[in-house]
Amino acid sequence: MIQKSGQRAIPLELREHIPSGCAVSGIMSESGQRFGGRMVADSIATMRFRANGLGGGFAGYGIYPQNRDHYALHLMYDNDSSKETTERLLGKTFRIWREEPIPTAHVQFIKNRPILWRYFVTPKDETKERYYDMTDDDIAIMTVMDINRSIEGAFVASSGKNMGVFKGVGYPEDIAAFYKIDEYQAHIWTSHGRFPTNTPGWWGGAHPFGLLNWTIVHNGEISSYGINRRYLEGFGYYCMLQTDTEAITYLFDLLVRRHRLPLDIACTALAAPFWSDIDRMPQGRKELLETIRITYGPALVNGPFSIIVGHSRGMIGLNDRVKLRPMVAARKGDLVFIASEEAAIRAVCPDPESVWPAEAGKPVVGQLRQDVSV
Amino acid sequence: MSKSLLNPEFLVERDEDRCIKCQVCVRQCAFDCHSYDGDDDEVQSDSTSCAGCHRCASLCPTDAINVRRTPLEFRQNANWTADVQKAIYKQAETGGVMLTGMGSDRPYPIYWDHLVLNASQVTNPSIDPLREPMELRTYLGRKPEALKLNGNGRDVKLETQLKPQLKLEIPIMFSAMSYGSISYNACMSLARAARQIGTFWNTGEGGLHKDFYEFGPYTIVQCASGRFGVTSEYLHQGAAIEIKIGQGAKPGIGGHLPGEKVDEAISQTRMIPVGTDALSPAPHHDIYSIEDLRQLIYALKEATNYTKPVFVKIAAVHNVAAIASGIVRAGADVVCIDGIRGGTGAAPSIIRDNVGIPIELAIAAVDQRLREEGIRHEASLVAAGGFRNSADVAKAIALGADAVYIATSALVAMGCHVCQKCYTGRCNWGIATQDPYLVKRLNPDIGARRLSNLLRAWALEIKEILGGMGVNAIESLRGNRLHLRAVGLADTDMEILGVLPAGRAQ
Amino acid sequence: MKRIYAKEDVCIGCRLCEVHCLVQHSKSRKIIKAFKEEFPRAMARVLVEELGKTSFALQCRHCDEALCVEACMTGAMYKDEKTGAVLHDADKCIGCWMCIMVCPAGAIQRDQRKEKIASKCDLCAGQEMPVCVANCPNEAIVFEER
Repeated sequence: MIQKSGQRAIPLELREHIPSGCAVSGIMSESGQRFGGRMVADSIATMRFRANGLGGGFAGYGIYPQNRDHYALHLMYDNDSSKETTERLLGKTFRIWREEPIPTAHVQFIKNRPILWRYFVTPKDETKERYYDMTDDDIAIMTVMDINRSIEGAFVASSGKNMGVFKGVGYPEDIAAFYKIDEYQAHIWTSHGRFPTNTPGWWGGAHPFGLLNWTIVHNGEISSYGINRRYLEGFGYYCMLQTDTEAITYLFDLLVRRHRLPLDIACTALAAPFWSDIDRMPQGRKELLETIRITYGPALVNGPFSIIVGHSRGMIGLNDRVKLRPMVAARKGDLVFIASEEAAIRAVCPDPESVWPAEAGKPVVGQLRQDVSV
Repeated sequence: MSKSLLNPEFLVERDEDRCIKCQVCVRQCAFDCHSYDGDDDEVQSDSTSCAGCHRCASLCPTDAINVRRTPLEFRQNANWTADVQKAIYKQAETGGVMLTGMGSDRPYPIYWDHLVLNASQVTNPSIDPLREPMELRTYLGRKPEALKLNGNGRDVKLETQLKPQLKLEIPIMFSAMSYGSISYNACMSLARAARQIGTFWNTGEGGLHKDFYEFGPYTIVQCASGRFGVTSEYLHQGAAIEIKIGQGAKPGIGGHLPGEKVDEAISQTRMIPVGTDALSPAPHHDIYSIEDLRQLIYALKEATNYTKPVFVKIAAVHNVAAIASGIVRAGADVVCIDGIRGGTGAAPSIIRDNVGIPIELAIAAVDQRLREEGIRHEASLVAAGGFRNSADVAKAIALGADAVYIATSALVAMGCHVCQKCYTGRCNWGIATQDPYLVKRLNPDIGARRLSNLLRAWALEIKEILGGMGVNAIESLRGNRLHLRAVGLADTDMEILGVLPAGRAQ
Repeated sequence: MKRIYAKEDVCIGCRLCEVHCLVQHSKSRKIIKAFKEEFPRAMARVLVEELGKTSFALQCRHCDEALCVEACMTGAMYKDEKTGAVLHDADKCIGCWMCIMVCPAGAIQRDQRKEKIASKCDLCAGQEMPVCVANCPNEAIVFEER
């Protein structure tokens, strides 16, 4: 992030929209059984050639059982002064139950490391009183947006409960080693390897992108980004990072958490079927789909994409409506696998019970069983 | 009476070697520029009243006629141009307000020509519109902010009821042109083409002639300040109702149909006496404030049982964004804005050429303002005022319009040569006239076919544009200003348009 | 059989049909030459009838039961077996003009340019579409089966 001349420069990511080639992989246990990060790291490492070393990352759900009701904020700081400013804001808004550096290992290939810190917080009573018309989640989002928008040199990598995002500039397998991923136990893991076209590399730009318990890893480029972003701004989501992934994450938060749409309807809104198909559907379904498209036109995500959405109770794989990026899914026992390539699945699960390519616009859903609580 | 100081605007030239004296030109010129002299066995031309409409040149079987701007030259003067001087001569002779037709011909900057479109390469594949679905379907009307659903999975039930919507197969409609300003055959051509393509035409202030009731489902009926032809039956015929507050060609003043164009049929449809000038009042005399507008909007909705969307059309003026916001909050389902280059059948030229703002800036300002207020979904935005080709339409949508209205382009498609003499009622192309001899010249079969062809061609071009930028549904281009870049515009222009300069990626 | 029909509600009275018919039946078939350099000038077989604001193009109806064929003494007027058109053989015509007298449409004219003969529409034998139809600027003449 710091240029050779010593001057602090605005990261290219904040000046220009960096499209992504890439690799994604996700593994979850539908019975809630937690497992180490090694499996997903091996899976993503298989797809090394889909990345170019300029970004890698992981999201794990269920990794902080002792602080399961606290928002686990993962922060990246350029320097001490951004850390101080941020901590002042955090201290004012939240009660901080625990704070510490994120443990890392020495890995040669990981350079230009920011200060990495994590905080386990809940909103103070005074804060809840002041914002009496907002939920805790809304307060958390508001603070995250504030930090990302107005504090220079500070970036919130994840802000969910009992989950976290570990990402940076480097190949994903190196990032995994750096963050010591195999020491965490999670029931859902997603991962990403990045191939941006040109960038000195900014840690905040890597995937997964997270907001509350939503994380997204994304391979693709959204040609509707310009309008998706303006639509989201109307609801108070500010896309500061000029990445498409950010917009998709906010769209899920908006449609599922705030508008309370079922997940499959939200997926339909983002990757809607063609009018010519809708016209041929039976009356009730036709009316539903027409209404979804008419209402959520500005949320339609156009352009190639392959995404894995993680949330507390599962993960969803989704392709764009004409399937311009690859996505393969598999099941074995209570394990669900979603990845850009079949090889990435077979590398860690040589004999799955079923393997299939995801259909254009139709989500692949991995879900914790009803009786499982996390 | 002293001699007029006005010289003819045009000079008609005849190539005697090619002229076969068939006299087609003599018969076809409604301005009586050509005559046949039997003694000399010669066709002669008097350029005095030549309007430059090219009817004679187009029909001449040997291409023997040419029409040039009059070569009589004034001394060069950048300030006191020939046009400026002639306007003063005219006013000194008549003491009247100078009338003109069609849209402003002044050289105001055309922002469309400074905006360029994106295309996808490598990182995002472009899409082939001839082989893949490419969706232009557009719904106009009030939309909910969110959907309410009951249940889950296959049993999910829709609770939200959508307000009435107009379904357009392409984001282009025919703008208001009244029966009176244009002929019966021109209206018939527009109505038929709208039905064929799956879009809408607009009655303008002229009311709806009974013969057009069959096109009701494709008609937007207008309620303007003169309330010409507005009856309960009229409201029920249309698919939507448009309250016309103003139009881009003459913001702030009402419609004007000269008495020469008010014949029996017009008189019946508009409910006014034959031969009287139909002068619409400047404001609606029951709309003096925004709350009055709200009252009228809901009166119309009540009268039609809330089954039809209500449009409100305004001219684009300085505070168009604030007015549009008010209109949306007053209950309109669609806001239509008409820019300074909008056309008309008759308007004072001083108003046409000096009042109003370009539509490009208006679209950007209104779209942005409605989004900032969080009410963009409450009304669709339709833009009008000089859309010349499919690229203008695509750029308008990228700036934020839901759909566009075209009128001048539609007239040109039917044969208009933009001679700006519509107010005389002597349109040689059978478009802006009520003279039955002239009206015959526009065969509705041909007119409808040409209009359908135009819309079809533009639709295909827009699909090519969309495919090139890796988009396969128009809602992904709508309001997506990242697909536009500006070339040769000042910083403030770009700021208002919300568009980056070409060369910048973000 | 296909015949030429006029639509008077869209006939604009320009008489371009007459011009093109003349050219089609001229020697050179070039419009400027046909009008300015050929003497005697060819004759148009179609005539635009006009009264006030109404007009329409009138030519031979190529009647199924052609009175002119019956009236013709020499057999110069005959019905073409294949096309059903009523055609005129100028070589056989003696200019008695009985055909003109009996024609119910008034569609035959006197040709007095050289020897006296009759002149009428021949459906532009040899053309895919009669030139009057092809050149009407307002599609006020059509060539169709009814």
